[in-house]
Amino acid sequence: MKFGQGKLSRRKLLGGAAGASAVLGLHQTIPHEGLHHAVDDAFAQDGHGGGHDVHGGAMTMKHPLHAGAVGMVDPRTNGFDPQVILRDFDEGRVVNGVREWELVAEEKTIEVAPGVKYNAWAYNGRVPGPTLRAREGERLRIHFTNGAHHPHTIHFHGIHTSRMDGIPGVGAGNIEPGRSTTYEFEATPFGLHLYHCHSMPLAEHIAKGLYGAFVIDPKRGRAEADELVMVMNGFDTNFDRSNEVYAVNTVAFEYLHRPVVVRRDQLVRIYLVNTLEFDLVNSFHVHANFFDYYPTGTRLEPRDFTDTVIQGQGERGILELRFPYTGRYMFHAHVSEFAELGWMGFFEVTD
Amino acid sequence: MEAATARASRRPPWLAGVAPLAVLAVAIGLFVVLDAPGLERIGVPQEKLSVERTVLKPREIQLHVRNEGADPVRVRQVIVNDGFAPFTQSDDEIGRLGGSKIDVEYPWIEGEDYEVRLLTATGVTIDHTITAATETPGADLGFYGLMALIGLYVGIIPVAIGMLWLPWLRGVDSRWIKFLLAFTIGLLAFLGIEALLEGTQVASSGAEAFGGAALVWLGAAAAFLALAGVDGWLRARRGGDGSKDGGARGAALGYRAALLIAIGIGLHNLGEGLAIGSAYAVGSLALGATLVVGFALHNTTEGLAIVSPVARERAASLRRLALLGLVAGAPAVLGAWIGASAYQPGLAAFMFGIGAGAIAQVVVQIAPQIRDAAGRLLHPLAVGGLLTGLGVMYVTGLLVSI
Repeated sequence: MKFGQGKLSRRKLLGGAAGASAVLGLHQTIPHEGLHHAVDDAFAQDGHGGGHDVHGGAMTMKHPLHAGAVGMVDPRTNGFDPQVILRDFDEGRVVNGVREWELVAEEKTIEVAPGVKYNAWAYNGRVPGPTLRAREGERLRIHFTNGAHHPHTIHFHGIHTSRMDGIPGVGAGNIEPGRSTTYEFEATPFGLHLYHCHSMPLAEHIAKGLYGAFVIDPKRGRAEADELVMVMNGFDTNFDRSNEVYAVNTVAFEYLHRPVVVRRDQLVRIYLVNTLEFDLVNSFHVHANFFDYYPTGTRLEPRDFTDTVIQGQGERGILELRFPYTGRYMFHAHVSEFAELGWMGFFEVTD
Repeated sequence: MEAATARASRRPPWLAGVAPLAVLAVAIGLFVVLDAPGLERIGVPQEKLSVERTVLKPREIQLHVRNEGADPVRVRQVIVNDGFAPFTQSDDEIGRLGGSKIDVEYPWIEGEDYEVRLLTATGVTIDHTITAATETPGADLGFYGLMALIGLYVGIIPVAIGMLWLPWLRGVDSRWIKFLLAFTIGLLAFLGIEALLEGTQVASSGAEAFGGAALVWLGAAAAFLALAGVDGWLRARRGGDGSKDGGARGAALGYRAALLIAIGIGLHNLGEGLAIGSAYAVGSLALGATLVVGFALHNTTEGLAIVSPVARERAASLRRLALLGLVAGAPAVLGAWIGASAYQPGLAAFMFGIGAGAIAQVVVQIAPQIRDAAGRLLHPLAVGGLLTGLGVMYVTGLLVSI
């Protein structure tokens, strides 16, 4: 999304989108092949799916849906699955009381929207990188190897010495291709943080995929919950420094096609991180529900009870909620343009 | 020496001409089969698409695209006003110069602007702006009738009206005939320049791979040469019987000039019709009295141009005059049909070029007739005529905008 771009003014764009955004709220509009496999059954259940006859790539105008991207991304293409990333917390291994991880920066072509390839830079072959999880006060050691063709670093958010800050020119500085280093610091403060490459040009190194969530649990832990990691990101596929594709955990419309399944009345905890570049804000909105919001997760008392939260670049926070009813509930950026460009999904609440 | 000649004569002469072609074919074949040995591509594929035609139907946006780059293009997603939109395409992969029809399902709103963005497999985007969306008229009988009516209004009728000056022309002094011929040349020069400019503009909106603006000049050269050929042929044919009867020869000369002018103007009106038809098809044409009146005034002068060379002919057959009028005016109808139903920028550019070339040839043909007794081409009366022609076309042209 590029603001004030080209002939169309932003107001015009939004005006034009007004008709289309009505689509969001309704269960109607727009069919296409790929979506149908996933969404058909669900709609058939609640009575909206009658008479889908769209097969073999044919398109008819009768069948309304939510999003227009054609087709689906096969997780095998990317070698990582957003469904797995959702609940994949990497606790590393503890050696002599120190928690350790191995991270490798690589170049990798990933499919960010059906059929659309993006030459990404990735930690451990996935975007976002592994969700690193530690407990407050632990000693952490991250062995970093640069397996790519450009210098890279890992810059962790947290409290540590300047030598361990992972920026060019300080401490180990830029890690040249083929070289390694080890970052070591204490896990503090507790909360939800992120890590990302800090080599120049900064926006490019982040936007290409070198980022991940970094969870530090408080000493006394948090309540038992179904925990989910959602890294809100985007991809500038045509190098115009604005994003063409938006997503949670990289693949556009992933959770629209394959909803996030949660249990009714179960506490759901979402670790929400915004790694979007080029756009100033991102947001998260859940339908038919409200959540407790803990900005940066650094306090144990919620700051807000709301259904929409806005995050700037690098901002993150923890959401806690329970779904009192079964059914299908949408979640998406309430920046509606992002929603229709991929940042849109469903919770499937079951008994 | 003799033996060598004999050896050579045993082979048919065309063989020597064909041999290099055969060698070339084999060389190309080998080169392709071996995949360009020694040459490695630098860089990544460049995907280029141009949108040649947009058709809007209820809840549907249809784009006709052409690949104008060297590499195949694979369109994978379509974004309309910052939202993915479902679509189907006729060609999954579009080869060099290949075309594809992309049907996007989108609930567009009458009168609003849309930005359609094609996202390719490599993440490249091709943007196309639709201004003031309106439904594209279907190509049914009523539509062709309407286009014919427009063609009639802007092409045939004004030209015919202009030809009504013929009786008046008969009476005026021969010096004023020269003035009018100069006026005609000025008028034609204006039309020719206009055709070149419009053609160049149209060409830039289409696929550059087909030649872009070069198409205009190619069309102009082709028409110029073709008309020169036709003229030479007419001259040779008429020359035979004309030598016996001076009067008939003079008449033939006059009608030949009139016919050439009519052809030149007709080809120009074809381009004008194209512009009107395509503008109508995308809904950007304000059909109404102003447009028709503007064209009528603009094109009436064309009728005058046609009859100027025959002012001195005694036997003016009505049939001949009607034919001249049709040759000049009717192509507007044809152009409107083509423009509204099968518009293609490259083709349109070429047609504008043809119009310009034809006009240039006509100017060359009638220029000698404005020479004065001293043989001067640019005598004061002629210059006055030229400037008046240019001026009148400019002023009446202001009344017409598509």
